[in-house]
Amino acid sequence: MKTDNQKAWFLVLPVLILVAFSAVIPLMTVVNYSVQDTFGNNQFFWAGLAWFEDMLGSERMWNALGRQIVFSGIILAIEVPLGIFVALNMPKKGFWASFCLVLMSLPLLIPWNVVGTIWQIFGRVDIGLLGYTLDSLGIDYNYTQGFYAAWATVITMDVWHWTSLVALLAYAGLQSIPDAYYQAAKIDQASRWAVFRYIELPKMRGVLTIAILLRFMDSFKIYTEPFVLTGGGPGNATTFLSIDLVKMALGQFDLGPAAAFSLMYFLVIMVISYVFYIVMTNLDKEEGGK
Amino acid sequence: MAKITLDSLAHSYLNDPQSPEDFALQELNHDWVDGEAYALLGPSGCGKSTLLNIISGLLIPSHGRVLFDGKDVTHLPTADRNIAQVFQFPVVYDTMTVRENLAFPLRNRKLPQSEIADRVIRVARMIDMEGVLDRRASGLTADAKQKISLGRGMVRDDVNALLFDEPLTVIDPHMKWELRTQLKKLHHDFGHTMIYVTHDQTEALTFADKVVVMYDGRVVQIGTPDELFERPAHTFVGYFIGSPGMNLFDAQIDGTKARIAGTQFDLGTGYALKGGKTKIGVRPEFIRLGHHGLPARVTRVEDVGRHKIVRLDLGGQEMSAIVGEGAAVPDGGTHVQFVEGGVNVYEDDWRVSPERGDAPVAAKTEAA
Repeated sequence: MKTDNQKAWFLVLPVLILVAFSAVIPLMTVVNYSVQDTFGNNQFFWAGLAWFEDMLGSERMWNALGRQIVFSGIILAIEVPLGIFVALNMPKKGFWASFCLVLMSLPLLIPWNVVGTIWQIFGRVDIGLLGYTLDSLGIDYNYTQGFYAAWATVITMDVWHWTSLVALLAYAGLQSIPDAYYQAAKIDQASRWAVFRYIELPKMRGVLTIAILLRFMDSFKIYTEPFVLTGGGPGNATTFLSIDLVKMALGQFDLGPAAAFSLMYFLVIMVISYVFYIVMTNLDKEEGGK
Repeated sequence: MAKITLDSLAHSYLNDPQSPEDFALQELNHDWVDGEAYALLGPSGCGKSTLLNIISGLLIPSHGRVLFDGKDVTHLPTADRNIAQVFQFPVVYDTMTVRENLAFPLRNRKLPQSEIADRVIRVARMIDMEGVLDRRASGLTADAKQKISLGRGMVRDDVNALLFDEPLTVIDPHMKWELRTQLKKLHHDFGHTMIYVTHDQTEALTFADKVVVMYDGRVVQIGTPDELFERPAHTFVGYFIGSPGMNLFDAQIDGTKARIAGTQFDLGTGYALKGGKTKIGVRPEFIRLGHHGLPARVTRVEDVGRHKIVRLDLGGQEMSAIVGEGAAVPDGGTHVQFVEGGVNVYEDDWRVSPERGDAPVAAKTEAA
């Protein structure tokens, strides 16, 4: 039986309004800016796709994108194996398990800008423990001036801040493996490596997919920590996409190019995440199906 | 394959056990004869899994020794005992194919490739899985996965024993029969020593040559299914095995006479009693309703299809009787008689043998 009842629309209306105001309208404003030019006085002129063409031809954006990809690649390559390693070595139960969990959660609870500030002070050559120690050891370390020092500090900071997330997720995955698997592996005389390769890793797969996806998206959008630490410097050495975007939109007030930039930025994250997700779930299906 | 000997074996999870209650497993001496199929039967928490884990080496017993063919293996780790175990939940290596799963224990033992391939084919034929050798193990049904974990044990020629820890728990009912039948056939064809833990009496009685009944950390009886049925050594065995379980009556025994709820009857033989609390146990199958015997009152009749279960009240004590599907059940007052040889006498819950020896049971049910 089919009834014509349009009342249902009123029930979803609040959600529509909420989503419209929180996501759709702001995004549309950005779209709106990206196809217009303004010279102040709130006067706008139609610019078509000019800003997009501009941006695609801009070396500055490609450089920022390149740095961004390298950064995300490096931190994923460090945080995922390290997180798994930490999870494998955490106690399984008892007081120390809880203790480790709390300890591991601590970095995750610290706000981004505080993390930036902590490392900014920690790394200072004059008063920071890390900077001063390295300097005393005769290592030429100054994150405000050296390219490698700046990158090393930004990466170390991210690893310090976010490896816990991977470790906690991997730990949850490990905890869900029944004891019988380990006992069966003992009976089959499996080596420690084989236990990891054929039992632990496959069972952690789901949580690791989530961990990698979260870490990728988050690191690709990173702004606050390097902004507080290096401000994108020295030069443009640590100017990642977000930092560049903010410079362009708020520093130079180039609303049009910045809008075009941010739309492409958004698309890149979405496409990469989507492809990643599809690949991982397809692998899962292949495994389950045949 | 090997004979497994348990020598004064006992286990406590506590560091300093004092009283018998501190033991999860009471002291036990037993030989598991090479090539026999045993079932370890008992309710949850009776210590049967503890015993199995001690045999497999996952648990080191706090007291006593475990010997394989006379060799002390008490402190040997699981991997060196050469046993196979099938767990409650199917354990397969998800990312491997069925073939790789079966080959895994052999590859870890560094056997030559050609021999591995031969043995995998042979064991796949045994467990009836030749057709799916190249499929991923993770996509298979629970019963197929259990067969793979069984196959991983049998692929080793020299395996000392196959241990099963409630392996049919997660299997669909219609597959349980099939898998159990296959297990029996495998045992018959290849003669591995098998120890099968379960809390399901049907599984235990259909699978095993010998059933080991455990209760409260203690082995209360080891016997063939028939022995457990006709001569339960402990009131628990009588009650736990059978559906419904054995009727137990508080009784006074004086020479060859017994008295239940004020009515006296002849046992036909005397019993060497030591003055403990005496009970008489009679299986519902060995009870006849009629005009003679002890007066009882029918309280309820349950028709289960193949036969009827009659619930009666015998001078304040509840009892059950099984009668044929077509038998007429009187309303209210009736009399009950016990089939000759179907009466067991218990003193402080343990069976006392009659002085004249056990008489064979005359007939099981009227219907049978």
